[in-house]
Parts: sequence; C-alpha cells; structure tokens
Amino acid sequence: MSSARRLVMAAAAAALTLGVAACGGSSGGEQQAPPTRTLTVSAAASLTDVYNQLKPQFEQANPGTTVRFNFGGSDTLAQQVVQGVPADVLATASTRTMQTAQQAGRIQGEPVTYATNKLQIAVQPGNPKGVVDLTSLVGPQVTESICAPAVPCGAATEAAERAAGVTLDPVSEEQDVRSVLQRVTTRNVDAGLVYLTDVKASNGQVQGVDFPQASAQGAGQNYLIGAVTGSQNADLANGWIQFVTGPQGDAALQQAGFALK
Amino acid sequence: MTRARPARGGAVTLALPWPVWVPAIVGFGLIAVPVAGLVVRTDWPDFGALITTDAALDALLLSLQTGLISTALCLLLGTPLALVLARSNLPGLPVLRSIVLLPLVLPPVVGGLTLLFLLGRTGPIGQLANDWFGITIPFSTPAVIIAQTFVAMPFLVVSLEGALRTAGERYEIVAATLGASPLTALRRVTIPVVLPGLISGSVLAFARALGEFGATIAFAGNLQGTTQTLPLLIYIQSQNDLDGAVAMSLVLVVVAVLVIVATRTRDASGVR
Repeated sequence: MSSARRLVMAAAAAALTLGVAACGGSSGGEQQAPPTRTLTVSAAASLTDVYNQLKPQFEQANPGTTVRFNFGGSDTLAQQVVQGVPADVLATASTRTMQTAQQAGRIQGEPVTYATNKLQIAVQPGNPKGVVDLTSLVGPQVTESICAPAVPCGAATEAAERAAGVTLDPVSEEQDVRSVLQRVTTRNVDAGLVYLTDVKASNGQVQGVDFPQASAQGAGQNYLIGAVTGSQNADLANGWIQFVTGPQGDAALQQAGFALK
Repeated sequence: MTRARPARGGAVTLALPWPVWVPAIVGFGLIAVPVAGLVVRTDWPDFGALITTDAALDALLLSLQTGLISTALCLLLGTPLALVLARSNLPGLPVLRSIVLLPLVLPPVVGGLTLLFLLGRTGPIGQLANDWFGITIPFSTPAVIIAQTFVAMPFLVVSLEGALRTAGERYEIVAATLGASPLTALRRVTIPVVLPGLISGSVLAFARALGEFGATIAFAGNLQGTTQTLPLLIYIQSQNDLDGAVAMSLVLVVVAVLVIVATRTRDASGVR
C-alpha cells in the first residue's frame, strides 16, 4: 500500500516535471525568429492616457513593432521588475520607486526625469463648498478623500499637509489617485486630493483648485523612465524612451497637464 | 489518511483508483504550497511587532466584528431565503435562484460599485438616507457589513438549500399529521435536521466575509478603524511594506484555519 503510494507520488512528480519541461520547450520555440517584435512597457497608471495616445505613432514609426503596456502602481511595477518580470522599459511616477529598481541592478544606465505633476484639490464643478485651500477641507462640512500614506500620491499629500500645518480628516484613504477622483466624480465626497493631470482627464466632471503647498518639498511628482537590464529589445526600449522624451512625447504630456522637466 | 478502516459488515473496502490521486495531489499542492511559501517568506524575528501595530490590531478587530455581524445577517436573511428556494412553489424560482447566486459569479468589485450606485450619496436610496436622515452610508462601518453580507450570503443560501433538499420533507409531513403547526414544524423539526448544513453555511459565509476585499474597497472605502479590514490593510501595505503585508496575511490564514477547524464540519455535503 505504502509502496504503491510512493509510486503514485513519483508519477506525480514526473508528470509535473514533464509539464514544466513542455512549457519551457514551447516558449523557447516562440523566441526563435519572431515575425514581429513586442516591446513591453511597465508604466505608472497615471500615464495610461498619454502612452496609449503615443503607441500608434511609435508603432507606425517602427514597422513590425507592437507596444504592450503593463499599467499599475509604481511600487508594484518596480517590485515586478526587481522580481524579473519580463519588461523592456520601466516608467515610474516617483524617484523612490525607480531607485528601487536601480538598486537591484535592473535599470540599464541612468533613468531620465522627463515630466512632473502637481497636486490639486478636485471639487465638484462650480465649487459649491467654496474650497480655496487645504484648510477649507478640515471639518465635517467638507468631506474629502485622499490617497493612503503608503502609496506615492499619499506621501505627496502628507508632505503638502505638513507644509500647510493642517491635518486632513478624510472619510477614505484610497489605494490610488484615480480611486480618489472616482469618489469626487460620483459625488460621494466633496473634495479629493489628486494630480492636475487627473483633473484634466476628468473632462470637466471635477474642477481643480490650486493651493500653495502643492509646490512644497515632496509634494510634487517626478516621472522617470529607464531601460530594463537584460532586455532583448534594448534598441526598441531606447527608441521608446527617446520618443516619449522627444517632441511628440512632450506635446502629449503637456496636453495632459504634465509639466516638462 | 493512512489509518485502515474496518470494512463495514465484512464487505470489501473500495480503494480510490490511481487516476484520482495524481490530480488530487497536484490540486492540493496548488493550494498548500503557496500558503507554505507565506510561512517561509515571513519575517519571523519582527513578526510580533509587525502584527501588533495600531493599524494591524484595528484591522483585525474590525474584520472579526464586521465578519461576525455580517454572518449573523446572512443567517437572519439567508435562512428564510433558502427555505423559500427549497420548499416554496413560487413561479420563476429558477430565475430567483440565479439572482441570489449572482454575487458568487460577479467580481466583488462590481458588487461594490453597484452598492455604491444604489446607496452612495447620489444613489436613489443613498440620496434619501442623506436628505431625510442625514446619513451617509459609504465610508462607514455599516457599509463594510453591507458589502460583506452581499458577497457572503449566497454561500449560506447554497449550503442550506442543499441540506434542505437532501433532508426532504418527510419528517415535516409526519409532524403535520401529529398536529404541529407549520411554524412548530420549522422550529422543532426542519431547523434541527438541517443544523449541520446551517453551521457549514455559516462558516463559509464568515470565511468569505473575512476575506472580502473588492466590494469593501469600492463601496466602503479604506480608513483605519472605520472601514479598513485586514484584507484592505494587507493590500495597501503590500505597496511598500511587504514584510508587514506577509505577516498580516499569515494572521488571516491562521484565523481562517481556526474557524474551519473549530467547527470541523463533517457534513461537507451541505456545501453542494
């Protein structure tokens, strides 16, 4: 009985090994002489609109190339690149996350800081609650949503709070900035701290209120881009970086509300 | 597993055919190996400190409280619902059943969004609550309970309906011929008969409520001490403090295992 069970275990192990070997074999086959090339770009979620807009232009300029995006939070993306997820380009929304990938030896050369973004207070169109700065948000008469301190937009919010000497009383701390925006557009809160680009992306569903502490140390957001070490498409990766930091990229970024660096 | 069971009445014991074992082992491994990986990945020297931060304790307490309350709500609302599905002869019962089971199929975040559209400040019910009573439902602990009840109730209903169908109605018929009113028969006969199904259903519902993430973050938001349950804290922490996230995940696993072991539902048939 027990020897039979051992036999079954061995068979299971063999089946697993075979399965793995088969998987390895098939993917090895795909790598031979690819008919087209795929450039994988891991990019911060806030770049979604700009990068999607740039994709067809780049593909047209590089025939046979398909650009594939992996959008997500910068922390997650940096972690993925450190863990060896196949990506050719990493574009983060913070210096710290790019440094994470750099320190792990996963970025080829020096990453480029090419754009910045700043916080705004998103309010309902017409600003019915009369929000003028961060102090307007304190107290129960104006409800607000902000990013959780653990994520980059939350760290920026904390820096702005410190600079203004106020402590906000949010009803919710979201895991990313677009969730904060959603709270305001669905009218479930009166205000939210988001980036200027998010206000622009809402197409008038929210109105942005500037406040002085948005330019405080740590409250701004830097956009960095770098080629991932060991990429099989290093030339295409550098091509994408030059394209994004070049005139066409600049135009798209400015249109979305980013400031150029 | 290895203990040999004496064959009942001297009949032959049925051995499982070998093709069952291989996929069974692979399937078990698929579940057990990642959980074991969690144990390996845990930062043991700092484990105590990681799981006793203010945020972690708040989240654990909130998860247990909301999980228990939503399980009670599932029992209160789901038991009659299962009785209607199993015993009534309403027209359109199959349609009703499919609707009740929807939260099993829907991505939880979709459930959360639908709750937000209904009960949010501009939703048809949420607006009334806001205008008439000054109550804002989202971003409150009751919102967490509503979200958990929404996703967990089908688990209880499915378990209980299965148990009711398996038990049949013969004891209730006997009770009725002996003069028991329908309410007495329900209280003294039906509920005791399906008690194992009721318990396993409650355990499933509690486990589901405890692990609830998508509907909660979409509908109730995320605020420490008010709506930040353990799964939400784990997700937020995993963005920049993996050690803390792993340690709290392990706490969640331990709580879940304790719940399952403590109730030791032998009646697994109640699930189906």
